[in-house]
Amino acid sequence: MKKTFKLEDLDCANCAAKMEAAINKLDGVQKATVSFMTQKLTLEAEEERFDEVLKEAVKCIAKVEPDCRVILK
Amino acid sequence: MTRRQKKTLLRIVLAALLLIAAALLPVQGVWKALAFVVPYLVIGYDVLWSAVRGIAHGQVFDEKFLMAVATIGAFAIREYPEAAAVMLFYQIGEFFQSVAVGRSRKSIAALMDIRPDSATVLRDGEEQEVEPDEVEIGETIVVRPGERIALDGVILEGSTAVNTSALTGESLPVDLGPGDKVVSGSVNLTGVIRVQTESLASESTVSRILELVENSADKKAKVEGYITRFARWYTPTVVIGALLLAVIPSLVTGNWAEWIHRALVFLVVSCPCALVVSVPLSFFGGIGGASRHGILVKGANDMEMLAKVDTVAFDKTGTLTQGRFAVDAVHPREIDADALLDIAAAAESFSTHPLAESIIRAHGKHIDRSRIGEVKELAGRGLQAEIDGERYFVGNARLMEEASADYHDCHLPGTVIHIAHGSEYLGHIVINDTLKPDAVEAVAALKTLGLRRTVLLTGDREKVAQKVAGELGVDEVRAELLPAQKVEAVEELLSSGAKLAFVGDGINDAPVLTRADVGIAMGALGSDAAIESADIVLMDDKPSRLPLAVRIARRTMSIVRENIIFALGVKILILILGALGIADLWLAVFGDVGVLILSILNAMRCMVIRE
Repeated sequence: MKKTFKLEDLDCANCAAKMEAAINKLDGVQKATVSFMTQKLTLEAEEERFDEVLKEAVKCIAKVEPDCRVILK
Repeated sequence: MTRRQKKTLLRIVLAALLLIAAALLPVQGVWKALAFVVPYLVIGYDVLWSAVRGIAHGQVFDEKFLMAVATIGAFAIREYPEAAAVMLFYQIGEFFQSVAVGRSRKSIAALMDIRPDSATVLRDGEEQEVEPDEVEIGETIVVRPGERIALDGVILEGSTAVNTSALTGESLPVDLGPGDKVVSGSVNLTGVIRVQTESLASESTVSRILELVENSADKKAKVEGYITRFARWYTPTVVIGALLLAVIPSLVTGNWAEWIHRALVFLVVSCPCALVVSVPLSFFGGIGGASRHGILVKGANDMEMLAKVDTVAFDKTGTLTQGRFAVDAVHPREIDADALLDIAAAAESFSTHPLAESIIRAHGKHIDRSRIGEVKELAGRGLQAEIDGERYFVGNARLMEEASADYHDCHLPGTVIHIAHGSEYLGHIVINDTLKPDAVEAVAALKTLGLRRTVLLTGDREKVAQKVAGELGVDEVRAELLPAQKVEAVEELLSSGAKLAFVGDGINDAPVLTRADVGIAMGALGSDAAIESADIVLMDDKPSRLPLAVRIARRTMSIVRENIIFALGVKILILILGALGIADLWLAVFGDVGVLILSILNAMRCMVIRE
């Protein structure tokens, strides 16, 4: 399953790269991209574990940039 | 500017004033330190706070943490003005980055702001203004002059001129009337039209295009991957370098303050920000700028590949030619040309075959159908028709043999239609597909750009292919290819080491489009298959968009390279000068922030494209 989320206050490009690397290392993630330009997280993960993986991804983002928020729709 | 940016700007101004005041204050010792701590905290409290949080999360190589260490270190060795100034300039750089990126994002978003916000739908005889997603397929929408067409559909009533420039980059309006298709995202210019919708808002052409361009920035180029990987080891390396520089020479010389000072220079330039920001920003700008000219690039990686292309293979029909037949020559014998065309047009007047249509178009006059008696289609050969009570044969060489007419072949390439009156040969008509008006110019422009080879791949007959190739000026031609053989031809070109772009009309070329390094589909407005299988989509039918696309790609890549070399060069220079004790913190932070700002400005040039 693939979903895209908006990121708010993602302020530095290097942080985006770090988030992307960290999320891609998570268990259950097939592919993740954090785009600084479009301020978006695209997460591709196993369907049945998606919510769990997403939670972990949000944690990764908070670790790298505490001010950055993921808009979960 | 966002509220947060305004607040930062205010802090920058305030801190700058406080910094000047501190420098002018005639105090010494602790008081002097305190005087500089005030502007330092005003400008840097958030950096310090995130440094603390970063450390709690184990983010040792966090740029904010390193900036905090550098400035606190500067305080420790009593370089107060430098400490405060480094923090100030760092924040100026961050501020600039945030504003510039926000701006470019907005201006690109504005380029692509072609999504209609509302649609006027006709329900129970009344006009209602609704959101485009509320309109079902098959409903009727009313579009007034000046409005953007919200959904794809067919005109039921009214005629108008429509501007599709937002989608195709073509600014010449198209005249449309009842029965014609309209595409969402184009602007209705002159008349009121009623349109029966054929798509939902979420699946309309404009939505699909926007989605494609928005997602393209996420398909990263190889060079971006290199930079990210480089950034990952750059920071730790510089930090370790700083540690070594602070400790080893100090143990030898005993001059701790001097070597720590030099090491702090390293920390100030430890963020690879300029590199990491400018690369995606350049691609984003290039993709955005290209889309304004009707060139959709599906990913930064495709842009990168297109810049490297040295061979272009073209499909013929529909790509370089219009895919519409036209009468090239009329060669009568015994009778005059008009009379020959008249007979052929009358015989073909009931047929809908493209060849027949071209003859009727060339004839261009009214055909009195009462003259025509029985018409028999002879499969694979042509027609036998009674005109004015006389029997005529219109068709190929085999038909002429059957009619025992004394025909001869034409010296011109193309499809030849022979006409005989009973067994008396009257002459023939030569029909060819016509080249697009800018096809020759496009091929020439590609050569000027230094592309090594242009190849024409076609299923058409050798003679026709040679003729077209000659007119176009392409280097090579492969004719009589079946679809599978086109794939083979492309593979052969690829295995010879060519960086190959294939340009096709996207309808029956999907396997070839995917096989080539860069698959380019043309005239894709409204064709799902093309948008799916191609890497780059040229929205209108013009081959001349191709050299423009190549130019945009190359320019984007050269800006990317400029930024990488420039940013890296300056950082390395500062590191060397810092280690030698020539560069102080002032120079380091100036250099670092300066590089960041300049590379962002340079990256934003990608958006501006001259035709």
